Amino acid sequence: MDLSLTDEQEFLREAARGALARVDTVAAARAAIEPAGSPEHAPLPDLWPTVVEAGWPGLLTSEDGGGAGLGLYDAILVAQEAGAVLAPVPLVSVLPAATILDAAGDADSAAAAGGELRVAWVPAAPPTDLDDRWTVEARSGVRRGGLPTGVLDGDQVTLDGEVAWVPDAPNADRLLVIADVAGTPTAVLVEAGAAGLTVEDVTRYDATRPLGHVRLAAAVGRRVDADADAIGRAWHIAQALLAGEAVGIVERLLPIAVAYAKERHTFGRAIGSYQAVKHHLVEVLRLQENAKSLLIYAAWASEHAPEQLALAAAAARSGAGHALDYATRETISVHGGIGATWEHDAPLYFRRAQLSRRLLGGDHGAADRVAGELLAGVTPA
Amino acid sequence: MDLNDDPEQAAYRAQVRAWLADHAAQAPKVRGADAIADEDERIEAWRGWQAELAKGGLCGVTWPQEFGGAGKGPIEQVIVNQELAHAGVPGPLDFIGLGMMGPAIIVHGSDEQKRRHLGPMLHADEVFCQLFSEPAAGSDLAGITTRAVRQDDGSFRISGQKVWTTNAQFAAFGVLLARTDADVPKHKGLTMFIVPMDAEGVTIRGLRQISGEAEFNEVFLDEVQVGADAVLGEVGGGWATALTVLMFERLSIGTSPIGYSAEKFAAVIADAPGAREDSDVRQRLGAIGTELIASRFAGHRLLSDLAGGGLPGPEFGLGKVTVVSAAVSAGDLIADVVGPEALDDASEWAYMISFLPGLKSAGGTEEILRNTIGERVLGLPPEPRLDKGVPFSELKAREIEGVA
Repeated sequence: MDLSLTDEQEFLREAARGALARVDTVAAARAAIEPAGSPEHAPLPDLWPTVVEAGWPGLLTSEDGGGAGLGLYDAILVAQEAGAVLAPVPLVSVLPAATILDAAGDADSAAAAGGELRVAWVPAAPPTDLDDRWTVEARSGVRRGGLPTGVLDGDQVTLDGEVAWVPDAPNADRLLVIADVAGTPTAVLVEAGAAGLTVEDVTRYDATRPLGHVRLAAAVGRRVDADADAIGRAWHIAQALLAGEAVGIVERLLPIAVAYAKERHTFGRAIGSYQAVKHHLVEVLRLQENAKSLLIYAAWASEHAPEQLALAAAAARSGAGHALDYATRETISVHGGIGATWEHDAPLYFRRAQLSRRLLGGDHGAADRVAGELLAGVTPA
Repeated sequence: MDLNDDPEQAAYRAQVRAWLADHAAQAPKVRGADAIADEDERIEAWRGWQAELAKGGLCGVTWPQEFGGAGKGPIEQVIVNQELAHAGVPGPLDFIGLGMMGPAIIVHGSDEQKRRHLGPMLHADEVFCQLFSEPAAGSDLAGITTRAVRQDDGSFRISGQKVWTTNAQFAAFGVLLARTDADVPKHKGLTMFIVPMDAEGVTIRGLRQISGEAEFNEVFLDEVQVGADAVLGEVGGGWATALTVLMFERLSIGTSPIGYSAEKFAAVIADAPGAREDSDVRQRLGAIGTELIASRFAGHRLLSDLAGGGLPGPEFGLGKVTVVSAAVSAGDLIADVVGPEALDDASEWAYMISFLPGLKSAGGTEEILRNTIGERVLGLPPEPRLDKGVPFSELKAREIEGVA
């Protein structure tokens, strides 16, 4: 039994921390949500060259497919570092796309892994124990949308449909759409400028997470030869990466909240000595450690027990999302009123939390999948 | 990232498994519907089984070999626990003695105490119980009022009341914390004793819980006389001995399997008509499942740390909070979904639902645990204390004044 980080993983984490420290990404997150035209506003810095230089787009791509051939835990470590500093790094978009291209042995796999092509995955959730459809994000409401439809002609697929709230869609060179082609989920690579494809930039609330509504009206793309397992795996990987980002934020915020609780005094003593404050901070620690355990489970399942990956990744997402919500709110509470103002960074993390928890099926959808997998008889290791 | 044994552990596991395969047929049924009904018969059978386990080297796994143990580490203890569960046989009867009292005697006991007690403990000839908590001192354990007064001949007379004493009804000895000096601050005036449970003046009474069963006892001590050789550790050094016991308790809990599992709860929900399709039920089950799976992997993380030579820190106690609160939520969900049938006396859910409110405080209340972790792990300042440096007798006088 050995779940400790390897030397290579420690090195990867340090390298990620170093690469992301070149820009003050938290300040950039703040400047990007200042009103356009105000002196405080600055557009988000483009970190894509950093991402490419670090080799992150190819982390999960096999060496044959042009990547580094690392495991999910390695990618999660990078996601934790990116989350901790609110870095606008599209891991939840490019890594799932890269794994599908790699599984397909696609001609564009190496370019995606090397970052020459920025490929945004258009998320599609595999069926659940109750719903045998593949589904996509809808603009609003609790009913999820069906996959865009595709008509195959040779290698070309003509696509119709809509997927809302797609991470990194406004910045991508290609979109990897999952379409229903004669009843089979099929991956289709579409050029950003293709006729019939529109990407409406709907970046909201947290500028560090660019989002787009993707509309397809007879847009033509190229079929990618990935099977349903590979397409479903991309969804679970994205869930685990979102969970990794969330844990990174929680680990960043807890020491900040603890330090303030030691330094701020009321009624003649540090507020951290009051049980009412202390117990909430310990709850953040408890949720953080649980979420870290679930990240390990997701990474372990991806390597050793693929039949448990859906359960593990959904549990990680659900646990980390809860930890993130609790930690961001608690950080604000501990700081009192000031924590809810732009004098502090806490609101930036709060915005990230609120938005992230609603993406890719939402934390709510992840909890539902945990239940569904357990009800279907999956037994966790 | 590897959940598997290393070669040495795998060899040990194979050896344990082989031994259990040869001996499992002798194991008595001590739990569940087909358990031996008569308590005395059940305990005697279990005693015999522990003796058998001891012969196989499966008791005192972490005890040094010179005291009859196997001289192994906590990871091997975990392997033994897992293999016992895998074989579907009970572990030793005296988990309190083997897990906590024996190790404390090995650390603090005199040569004579080690010679006298460890062998019979190992083979279940003499079972031990723990006499620490009192009706008015649990979380604040150093506030106990059971007193031991030294006599002219060097012996002690002990009077007071203990509570939550598992196994007291068939224990031969209890390890008892008593106050030998009330005129010094409370942590300083304590002494640990090894007390024969059949001594004159010891009265044991079962303490029934919500379930109706008596899993614990109250123990009353009325002028119980013990010799100077009954002191475990130093006179006035009882707090240090108590901390050793509590450290072994944490390790013992840390290496024991968790009884509640997400998949078991899910199976009940899956069988209840309409429950599976109910989105509220699914959200609740999803949250419960998430917490229980997290605690399972937290256990794997602990084992990985143990294998790397670490010991469980106070933060490990958070695992208990997670499991208990998730099980409480699960009991609630199951009762909602199954209905009053879940509360039938014969139902294991009725038992679980009744058992959990007490479990929440077992081994220290959740509030005390959160204080400890907040202070020792997060480094938050403690609450101001009114008892520091104050002689115990004065504290008690203040309490009485406050009430009056």
